[in-house]
Amino acid sequence: MNAASATPHARLSWFEAGARERLAALLDPGSFEEFIGPEKREISPHLKIFDLPAQFDDGIVVGGARIDGAPVLVAAQEGRFMGGAFGEVHGAKLTGLLRAAKALKRDVVIAFDTGGVRLQEANAGELAISEIIRALVEARTAGVRVVGLIGGRAGCYGGGGLISGCCSTLVVSEQGRISVSGPEVIETNKGVEEFDSRDRALVWRTMGGKHRYLIGGADIFVDDNAAAFRDAAIVALGRPAGFDRKRLAAEQARLERRLTRFGADRDGRDVWRELGLTQADAVPELSTDAFLHQAADHRETADDAR
Amino acid sequence: MTLDDILASLFGDAHDVALDGDSLSGRGTLPQGGVVHVLGFAHRAELGVDQAIALAGRVLDIARTDDGLPILFLIDSSSQRMSRRDELMGLSEYLAHLAKALLFAEQAGHRSVGLLYGGSAAGAFIASALACGVLVALPGAHPEVMDLPSMSRVTKLPLAVLQEKAKTTPVFAPGMENLVLAGAIAEVWDPARPLSGQLEALLAQPTAGDPRGALGKARGGRTKALDIAERVVALATAHG
Repeated sequence: MNAASATPHARLSWFEAGARERLAALLDPGSFEEFIGPEKREISPHLKIFDLPAQFDDGIVVGGARIDGAPVLVAAQEGRFMGGAFGEVHGAKLTGLLRAAKALKRDVVIAFDTGGVRLQEANAGELAISEIIRALVEARTAGVRVVGLIGGRAGCYGGGGLISGCCSTLVVSEQGRISVSGPEVIETNKGVEEFDSRDRALVWRTMGGKHRYLIGGADIFVDDNAAAFRDAAIVALGRPAGFDRKRLAAEQARLERRLTRFGADRDGRDVWRELGLTQADAVPELSTDAFLHQAADHRETADDAR
Repeated sequence: MTLDDILASLFGDAHDVALDGDSLSGRGTLPQGGVVHVLGFAHRAELGVDQAIALAGRVLDIARTDDGLPILFLIDSSSQRMSRRDELMGLSEYLAHLAKALLFAEQAGHRSVGLLYGGSAAGAFIASALACGVLVALPGAHPEVMDLPSMSRVTKLPLAVLQEKAKTTPVFAPGMENLVLAGAIAEVWDPARPLSGQLEALLAQPTAGDPRGALGKARGGRTKALDIAERVVALATAHG
């Protein structure tokens, strides 16, 4: 069954959409129930200290729903509010959702769109990231799948990147960026010679969705399209669950191998050549189909090693 | 306290903890006979892909044994390494892997105690100190999410404004006391007493769940997080 392809969401750009539009396209129609929605007005108690406006959902929507008939818990960050950053309330909603997932043995889908910790409440945000990681790992240990979707305006940076690295499967579009330090942060701290944040092509080659998919940093590559994200989420929710000794040992070997193979490379293009892509220099321009065809025989995968 | 003072106060001479570059590893025996694995960073080490994978490998080696010995993680680090190469290689996966390794070791019976004796910041703080089962600190430790000048550049708020607000607003300002209030740091140890006894007392306490939300609420540094998380759990359970 693929309800999404018949809906008006089929052509919705994931990148352009807001959190609630993304959920409407991702979930089975009418199946969503929000937990602590905007009507509860649980706003950040800290933004007013900086004379900044609050938002009634603190930039994240969490709830229960169905995807292709299967019950799931879902979260979607709103990248247009404070860059989707993790504050105290925002983070606690996701912590609670993951603790519930463990108790209910219910799979989770997280639509990331975040710059990382919200600096105006930095200590609470940093701690929230850590609590989320602990709750996520405990849920996975209990057999729950946690699927991350990355293709929003704010990307998936800072602590958001660390949380994504704990998910069981990551779905990414070309626009999705996954990284710890953002381009501006590297440039500010280490100089423009280390990273020119205005060089957008460099940003995509270093942390963009295609590069992440090629090195095994993401598992499923999709078009920037809400229906494609839904279809990929359904596939991801059908993958084997698990978090154990064997999987962590496989991840250790996988990440060691990446440094052995590519650790001396300076640029994404060097990595792609090393992988054996015949059109390595053309990767950024390739259509999704052509890219997936190129990637198929050459990319590193993280199957059972994440 | 210096690293040597700390090791002496914990183990006397009964340890083989060695420094390799900025990384620490070895084992020590406490006065009551308990043996602990020791891992960690010194010299304000930056945590990049190479350091993270080496350390995660050591943690997984410990997790593979079934002796149930605890891990003491000594931390004097900087932030994550901010470089083009580290991000090209996928630093987020390496830091997440280290955090997962520590959490897995705990599940496999190896409790982890982070002891913050210097700095730690940003992603390095999350992947190491905050991924331990319990985090304690020594006076003079200086954890931070981001220093105020960098925070000023990112938020576009004037540095003077941040400095002024930092005096009265623990929720965002760098420093150990603020992270104690938020519930991140469980205890601040007394350097005038042997650290060995303080570690033995801590290891004698049972662990249950993630206590940091309750600590932050009781100390007034994070008044909403615990309640919001508990309400979401209740609503999700009722939703069925």
